[in-house]
Amino acid sequence: MKNKKFLLISLILAAVCIAGVLVVNSTMRYSMLASVLQKGAIYALVAVALNLLNGFTGLFSLGQAGFMMLGAYTYAILTIPVESRAAVYQYFDGGIIQFCLPMAVALVLAGIVPMLFAWLIGLPVLKLKSDYLAIATLGFAEIMRALIQWKNLGPVTNGSNLLRNFANYSNILFPIVLSAVCIGIIVLLINSTYGRAFKAIRDDEVAAEAMGINLAKHKMIAFMTSAFFAGIGGALLAMFQSSVQANAFTSAMTYEILLIVVIGGIGSVSGSVIGSFLFVACSEWWLRFLDDPMPYLGFSVPFMKGGFRMLVFSVVIMIVVLFFRKGIMGDEELPAKLRKLSARLKNRPAKASKKEVTK
Amino acid sequence: MHDASYYIQLLLSGVTVGSLYALIAIGYTMVYGILRLINFAHGDIFMMAGFFMVYLSSAVSPVLAVPLVLILTVVLGVLIERVAYKPLRTAPRMSVMISAIGVSYLLQNLATYVTGGLARAYPELPFLKETIQLGEISINWITIITPVLTVLLVVVLVLLINHTKVGMAMRAVSRDFETAQLMGVKINSVISVTFVIGSFLAAVASVLYFTNYGQVSPLIGAMPGLKAFVAAVFGGIGSIPGAVIGAYLIGICESLIKANETISVFSNAFTFALLILVLLVRPNGLFGEKTTEKV
Repeated sequence: MKNKKFLLISLILAAVCIAGVLVVNSTMRYSMLASVLQKGAIYALVAVALNLLNGFTGLFSLGQAGFMMLGAYTYAILTIPVESRAAVYQYFDGGIIQFCLPMAVALVLAGIVPMLFAWLIGLPVLKLKSDYLAIATLGFAEIMRALIQWKNLGPVTNGSNLLRNFANYSNILFPIVLSAVCIGIIVLLINSTYGRAFKAIRDDEVAAEAMGINLAKHKMIAFMTSAFFAGIGGALLAMFQSSVQANAFTSAMTYEILLIVVIGGIGSVSGSVIGSFLFVACSEWWLRFLDDPMPYLGFSVPFMKGGFRMLVFSVVIMIVVLFFRKGIMGDEELPAKLRKLSARLKNRPAKASKKEVTK
Repeated sequence: MHDASYYIQLLLSGVTVGSLYALIAIGYTMVYGILRLINFAHGDIFMMAGFFMVYLSSAVSPVLAVPLVLILTVVLGVLIERVAYKPLRTAPRMSVMISAIGVSYLLQNLATYVTGGLARAYPELPFLKETIQLGEISINWITIITPVLTVLLVVVLVLLINHTKVGMAMRAVSRDFETAQLMGVKINSVISVTFVIGSFLAAVASVLYFTNYGQVSPLIGAMPGLKAFVAAVFGGIGSIPGAVIGAYLIGICESLIKANETISVFSNAFTFALLILVLLVRPNGLFGEKTTEKV
């Protein structure tokens, strides 16, 4: 009964969201709102993928930007139409790849290639403990970035030049729905026996091993899954920007995604999604007025100039990190949080606490 | 084919860069030894020291500006520890590391805001940039001073750690945080001293590095910071001589790689490849102590 009601509500919500996005798509395709919706959805997917590692498996990885870059490059390289390759690869005689794959195939490959790299790097690196793993994955991302920019690989990767003209979507619903589907798959994984094993590893590695969980295998599954979806996120980001350049995928990008996960709450999928939309909207849209001295008010604010927005934003992030360590959602999901909230609103604290105990 | 003096020149520039990495790496290795924290903000402290110098030198003479820069950087380092790391002392290690990343983000954005995102010319210190001729090799004073000063500072630091009371307290804390606390070591003051030393050395490195490099930009601290951290891991985290040796090795290799046109793009990647290799073959680094995981 309850489940049915929940399903109905979420279906209605999804329909409303899709309708809203369609309206945005037809009326203001190039507005700030549309771009925040797209970028927010893409970052949400990447953040959830990172959360699967950091929040659910307890593997502190900082290689997300590297996997995104691999996905973005795989997709872009494979979908540039043959006739425009000469223009894109102008310094490399049109490149050596002279075919063009359909969008869907390239998208799947954009997930598989980073996944294979994750397997390769995971074999040695996943044995490392927390912060060593972080720094090793960060290093891996930097190595990949250098490799892609290497001149000798130029016929494939176009060196440090832009990749452009690859297949793109026309409706902004595409990245949003694809991200939602991918996040849904990650949620299914988290709720499966694998997900339970991940959480066991996070909570206590030694105890999990004693209970018969194969640590190496499960860590590898989490790592590869995360890389797969990061790659798809990277491909979507490439489409959103309609160009790719390796220099954009720095460790700063990984840090941003990590901060999204922290703001949303480590170990909460819905938290990461909310955090991502908030992060993108604040950093690109809502706080933009801070970059402007506001001369139209009749006076100008001297300290409000370019860069002030990001300064305020990073102070806010520090406040969240220091004082609201659990982020927006803690490690709960949205439905549970809403149920709790409504119980509190109905002024029945006794029942709410009882529910918590029985859970 | 190049002659011998070309390689000597490369080697010398490698030694200079290595010395600077060594000075930064000590800050990483000491903080990690005591707090088990990768202080991601350390590279940005180095960058901030560069900007302190840029802005101070327009107000006071360079000779006076250098000590002021050292003091300001030390204050900044201790302040960061107090505000961003101290409240999280009982929190899981991951939160402290995230806080460090947040501080790094904040410092970079602060520098971008103040400078407008542009690189600023670094003031020229008298005499450091003058070149001297040694046979076929021409070097400037900074190339000579940097390694000498570095070795001197490292020796002083090692003496400090091995022969003074605060040094003993540091060693005790890095061996076992809780037991040291129970034995009456004032944890907070030991940590502050660690940050004072680390920031001081980062400031010295910043003066030498930017004098050589000529300009400062808001994002410049990240890469030298990460490389210095790799040096610290390579030498065995917590070990100061190890960090110095690792830093020299990385500096020299980097200078040799940068000289080769085809592979120069890998100068950063090499450092990280080295890191991954070291972590796999000898996870405790060259001189690190073996630690066992307690259940």
